[in-house]
Amino acid sequence: MIELFSELLNYRFFTNALLASLFTSINCGIIGSYIVSRRLVFISGGITHASFGGIGIGYFFGFNPIVSAAIFAVLSALGIEFIAKKAEIREDSLIGIFWSFGMALGIIFIFLAPGYAPNLMGYLFGSLLTVSPADISLMIALTVIVAVFFIFFYKVILFISFDQEYAKTHKFPVQIVNYILISLVALTIVMSIKVAGIILVISLLTIPQTIANLFTKSFKNIIFLSVIIAFLGAFTGLLLSYIYNIPSGASIIMSLVFAFIIVKLFSILVNYIKVKRIVST
Amino acid sequence: MSKILEIKDVSAGYGNEIVLSKINLVINDHDFIGIIGPNGGGKTTLLKVILGLIKPYRGSVMFFDDKQGKSENIIGYLPQINQIDLQFPISVKEVVLSGLMSKEGVFSRYAGKQKRLAEDLLNQMGIYNLRKKAIGELSGGQLQRVYLCRAIISSPRLLMLDEPNTFVDTRFETDFYEILKGLNTKMAIIVVSHDVGTISWYVKTIACVNKNLHYHPTNVITQEQLASYNCPIQIITHGDIPHTVLEIHKH
Repeated sequence: MIELFSELLNYRFFTNALLASLFTSINCGIIGSYIVSRRLVFISGGITHASFGGIGIGYFFGFNPIVSAAIFAVLSALGIEFIAKKAEIREDSLIGIFWSFGMALGIIFIFLAPGYAPNLMGYLFGSLLTVSPADISLMIALTVIVAVFFIFFYKVILFISFDQEYAKTHKFPVQIVNYILISLVALTIVMSIKVAGIILVISLLTIPQTIANLFTKSFKNIIFLSVIIAFLGAFTGLLLSYIYNIPSGASIIMSLVFAFIIVKLFSILVNYIKVKRIVST
Repeated sequence: MSKILEIKDVSAGYGNEIVLSKINLVINDHDFIGIIGPNGGGKTTLLKVILGLIKPYRGSVMFFDDKQGKSENIIGYLPQINQIDLQFPISVKEVVLSGLMSKEGVFSRYAGKQKRLAEDLLNQMGIYNLRKKAIGELSGGQLQRVYLCRAIISSPRLLMLDEPNTFVDTRFETDFYEILKGLNTKMAIIVVSHDVGTISWYVKTIACVNKNLHYHPTNVITQEQLASYNCPIQIITHGDIPHTVLEIHKH
């Protein structure tokens, strides 16, 4: 195992993949904790799929699809937040509209783009092994922004997420904080597309947090634990993908899902034993 | 005794539905007002107008500085308990500290002084041992006390409670109103309730809200008065033994 690992470290693509996993884990660990705590999983799914529109536009006009996807995702996120508040449309219905609109736009633009669309599967299912140094620097930049924002505004994020209306009675700019956070959610999603792909990225934002939530009910601890679990999952998935020659995105998610099942079963067992003990004494 | 705020000719609602019409009310220091009225009569809407959560269609809410000139955080607010996601990962102590939000800076961590203040309050309410628990692990009565701590930790001039007796058993309800009575020496209190029974024992004055507001300057109110206020709710009387009076009916 150690031999395999040291052998892999000699490959440039592997060290890049490892770095990408690390920074994606930090981003997704932090942002995912916010998403899960505030029950924003569905809107995150909507933003993820809407970003495909941006990828199509990038292909068609010939610039980096990740950049156009980022712009498109942030605008969709802000659009959903803004329209749901102002136009009295149900938020989940609106998410459904943005979700499919982005996908449709992406499909049309990719179809219209001249020639064959290379790497398309990579955007849909992730391609961790083709991560470039430029991708990694973007991930690092986002990690710094997200981490700094959460460290400085931890209290505000926690209190506003917990009880928006109460925060408003303290004259807090709740809506501005919401806009900033949903933009960070959108950017995190797009920066994680390389790792897990559009179809699978939601897992990095929910499974580690759900596992962490089984151990702790503190927001701060969920963040720290999620980062660690996400990285362990990504690392295991990466190794499995290399050993069995399977797609890395899918093997990362499989590792996380199995980890979740094992931990959940274990916690059920522990609770069962505890209850037994209490009843018998 | 000085004026805290004055509601002048306020009409408010949602969309094109008017819930409150031409409301006038003055709230002074040491007031203890019970707001009663039927469901959908606009009790909660009135609180939200005072809190600035809903902009009135017309009229205004004016705040007056007290003599010490401290105008920040005038109101402590205890919302209806069922509006909150109980699975949210936050501890009891964190919830209480969030009541200091507007007083303390956004960046600063809580100083030991504030943490002690929160712990003292939890101790007074008899839930110090729960301080590290997640809010989802508490009973309704315990949760209500946590929210009360959050509402009063900033020592507001006015405490507003929205249906504090929902999910609370009778024994705790009595404790709760005794606590409020104690707090009333330091701050004005407005309590919204659809249950007139217990509330009228403790409040000093009553306001009936059913689209309009009728202010009743004592805590004794009769069925006739309620009817003239257009306030169709159940009525109580005061006696040695708490009891409910039913309408005269044939068996």
